[in-house]
Amino acid sequence: MNNEKMQTKNLSVHYGKFRALTDINLTVQTNKITAIIGPSGCGKSTLLRSFNRMNDLTPSARMDGEILLDGENINVSGVDVVDVRRRVGMVFQRPNPFPKSIHDNVTYGPRLYGIRNKRDLDEIVEKSLKQAALWDEVKDKLHQSGLSLSGGQQQRLCIARALAVEPEVILMDEPASALDPISTLKIEELMHDIVKDYTIIIVTHNMQQAARVSDYTAMMMIDEHRSGRMIEFNDTNVIFTNPKDKRTEDYVTGRFG
Amino acid sequence: MTVTRFQELIAKNQVAHSRRRRITNAVMLSVTGLLTLLALIPLFWIIGYVIYRGGPTLNWDFFTQLPRPLGVKGGGILHSIEGTIIITFLACLFAIPPGVLAAFYAARNPNTTLGIALRFSTDVLAGIPSIVMGLFVYDLMVVPMKHFSALAGGVALAILMLPTIIRTTEEMLKLVPHTLREGSLALGAPEWKTSLSVLFPAALNGIVTGFLLAIARAAGETAPLLFTALGNDTFNVGLIVKGGVQAHQNIFTILGRIVNQPVDSLPLTLWKYAQQPYPERISQSWGVALILMIFVLLTEVVTRLWIENRKRSMQG
Repeated sequence: MNNEKMQTKNLSVHYGKFRALTDINLTVQTNKITAIIGPSGCGKSTLLRSFNRMNDLTPSARMDGEILLDGENINVSGVDVVDVRRRVGMVFQRPNPFPKSIHDNVTYGPRLYGIRNKRDLDEIVEKSLKQAALWDEVKDKLHQSGLSLSGGQQQRLCIARALAVEPEVILMDEPASALDPISTLKIEELMHDIVKDYTIIIVTHNMQQAARVSDYTAMMMIDEHRSGRMIEFNDTNVIFTNPKDKRTEDYVTGRFG
Repeated sequence: MTVTRFQELIAKNQVAHSRRRRITNAVMLSVTGLLTLLALIPLFWIIGYVIYRGGPTLNWDFFTQLPRPLGVKGGGILHSIEGTIIITFLACLFAIPPGVLAAFYAARNPNTTLGIALRFSTDVLAGIPSIVMGLFVYDLMVVPMKHFSALAGGVALAILMLPTIIRTTEEMLKLVPHTLREGSLALGAPEWKTSLSVLFPAALNGIVTGFLLAIARAAGETAPLLFTALGNDTFNVGLIVKGGVQAHQNIFTILGRIVNQPVDSLPLTLWKYAQQPYPERISQSWGVALILMIFVLLTEVVTRLWIENRKRSMQG
């Protein structure tokens, strides 16, 4: 069985003349959590946003190289970006619920893909909110605004919203950096619970978080041209206990970065 | 503990310093406070004086009757209220949809040629005197149609409202956090869908406030209506009802008949009455001024209530 869900081959990203990422070769395993760590400005988010072509939204951005999803290159013109984004969902750094009810936040995605039947939608809402460990807290107020929830609940609502379209991969861009420790823990627990059905890629600044939740870790750093490179990739255990690269060791032990 | 040179200097100046600071503070506070009061005087003066002069004229008949000949007691300005409502409604109809759509374009593509052109021309349009709009629409519509009409009045006011609507809508759309837009696009939503069902609702409160400003300004305009809506002394809707509506006429024919004739408006009546040498007309024009103020105030209050209500339901 092929376990490579996503893969980048010699991926480079330019913003205008500036090369933000250089030659990234990263393989993401199915039903595993892959963490991307590294100091600020090393291109972690840029890399993450390559996986669902969100970089397309930056007018000056250009992506060279291959990005494979189930072995198929999605970084070629003619690929349906909408379809890519349905298969590769995303959760952002700050909770960004739409100014709609909790129910409508979750059904926003399914409605886009033509699901209109109320029973089907209600089912999706319940399933997604349960997966995001939010159902018990909100089941009696599904028609209240998503903005009425606390920050941690809002972030779990955003996760439920992403899960509602049943993506294959979920990209998380520092999903807990704006949350308190208890909410952070809840998010990490739910990542553990859902990863059996999904593939997760998470960008994080929090070393302990990467160590706690991920199976694999990619270490990134900028080179002498201020361009982001992946300097090491391995099992999370290895990265944190026996890194091969001196710079990784310094970073994960907190000696710099 | 050693005392640094800096600390020494501070200690020396402290007393004089803090006294001067407190005095400056008190002086500036009283000056700004006084000027704020001064700025409020004209506002309350105008409101108070209009109520004082216009208040006695107001009674039920004033709202429900048509003008009576001079020397005949009573009469009202129903026709002006009707006309103002018709013209303002038409103006909103012509100005809001294109204004909002243009604002969407400009907010999304601010640095394209078209976006820059739009911003520049709305600024220019906002600076054109309103009477010029009237003259323009006179040539554009009244001359070809060969008669004055509510329709022409609505178009003139719509042009007047456009810049306000475009600019406020654009600014409000720009204030929506870009993460909301990304959230929608990341779910695979197309750009238009994102604008319509995420950005627009998020910015709606501010956008509606912009409509309000535009409506308040347009409803009080006289100059553009002089050559377009002209004004009259009749109750248009009433005339049509009285004249009979045939079975084969559909609703559009009837609406067409209403907007196709000259109508009056509150500012027009105010202007006409205030020029006349008769004391009863003068006092009636004060009454019209008061109604105009109430009209704008009511629109304001109703919309504010709606916005507050919406805000509350948003925050849960």
